[in-house]
Amino acid sequence: MGVKQVVKGNFATAVAAKLARVDVVPAYPITPSTLFPEQISTYIANGEMDAELLLTESEHSAMSAAIGASASGARVVTATASQGLKLMSEMLFIASGMRLPIVTAVGNRALSAPINIWCDHQDTIAERDSGCLQFYAENNQDALDLMVIAFRVSENHRVLLPSLVGLDAFVLTHTMEGVDVPLQEEVDSFLPPYKPVYRLDVKNPMTFGSFSTPAHYTEFKYQQWNAMKNAEKVIDEVFSEFYNKFGRKHKKVNEYRTDDADIIFLTMGSMSGTARASIDALREKGIKAGAAKLTVFRPFPFDEVKKLSGKTKILAVLDRNISFGFGGAVFSEVAGALVNEKEKPILIDFILGLGGRDVTQEDFYKMADLSETAIEKGGPDDMVNWINLNDAEVQ
Amino acid sequence: MEKAEKVTMGAVITTPGSALDYKTGSWRTLKPVLTEEKCKFCNICWQFCPDSAIEPADAKAKKPIKIDYDYCKGCGICVHECPFDALKMVTEEK
Repeated sequence: MGVKQVVKGNFATAVAAKLARVDVVPAYPITPSTLFPEQISTYIANGEMDAELLLTESEHSAMSAAIGASASGARVVTATASQGLKLMSEMLFIASGMRLPIVTAVGNRALSAPINIWCDHQDTIAERDSGCLQFYAENNQDALDLMVIAFRVSENHRVLLPSLVGLDAFVLTHTMEGVDVPLQEEVDSFLPPYKPVYRLDVKNPMTFGSFSTPAHYTEFKYQQWNAMKNAEKVIDEVFSEFYNKFGRKHKKVNEYRTDDADIIFLTMGSMSGTARASIDALREKGIKAGAAKLTVFRPFPFDEVKKLSGKTKILAVLDRNISFGFGGAVFSEVAGALVNEKEKPILIDFILGLGGRDVTQEDFYKMADLSETAIEKGGPDDMVNWINLNDAEVQ
Repeated sequence: MEKAEKVTMGAVITTPGSALDYKTGSWRTLKPVLTEEKCKFCNICWQFCPDSAIEPADAKAKKPIKIDYDYCKGCGICVHECPFDALKMVTEEK
């Protein structure tokens, strides 16, 4: 058993990095993730951590340094958010293509413009196609656990892809919660040292980041596709091992009161707790609602979402992001996953909680109303619905 | 298209110094052709070739320059520089 501590989300990810015995931490500070490199710096200064902290001149450089360090066989972690993740974007695709298992904690924050520092999933959602695994934490315990899990999954030789671990800006990054911090020996027995397939080594020279013509490029992309497919299975194996070791159960899709539900709300991140409280209140009013939390967005959990869709009359997808000209990104993935299913529920998309606007129980009651209307009418009036817009005149 | 021997993890090339194995001459649409009797062994073309795709001439042995078509990309610099009109560009036939 670990030690119970009351900590902020950024501390949870930093202590996870320490427990993972990372070798290199290239970092550039950005709100709301700055506490991560600060905490790492404190650990190193106190002699509690034997790692190289590289303070780079930008996030692009931080991810570039992470790529170099990871290629040399080091275990590498960094943290960023929002505009910082955008500046890393070019290098994320390269980290994935070079098959480097770098883990990045992302304090999920809105993108400019207008500039906003609060919670929103747009930053990681916009990296959907980068070839990074994507995990989303509901609370600070999740943030710690998913970091440790991300190293195990990313470094598996059937996977070897980078991971993004999302934790909601401020709602988690700066909020104190009770977290079970595992003991070093527990993490050591769960997470062995990283063993690269190939590594940069002057004694055994190899070319990393090589050139590829049309003759082979497709095969390299197919290789990444296979790795992401393999991750589906590896994540289940690692979740199961994690449960056996630490007693905390993580699932790609966590269901709550879904078995006899007419309406299921699919959520990601910290709003999942609000969802469960709202379900209890809706049930008391006689509305058969259930909730499901998506912990893994990449690889997308097709099987779990298909199974979930078979349990309900309407599947309401909550998106803390917006793809202009379509709708929410989680909604489009869910719709895509169900496209060939013979029996499928009504699908409805709710856009909410952007730029740190609170997601409240009132929002859930409103969404339940709209969902019930959609059931009565056999379909929603609007596929994409903006929830809790204020009454300002929008020019 | 050529068959890949092995699509390695992350496109790592495990054998150093393997660039010679990659024949870049196929990028060419025009190629320089030498009229041997016009070559005066001056090696100006060899000095200017940006791809080291010309073997130098040997004046003592009366051996003219030789173009390495495995790597020549057909830029035409040698043709432009030759003071004796010994080189001309012709369309590549495949």
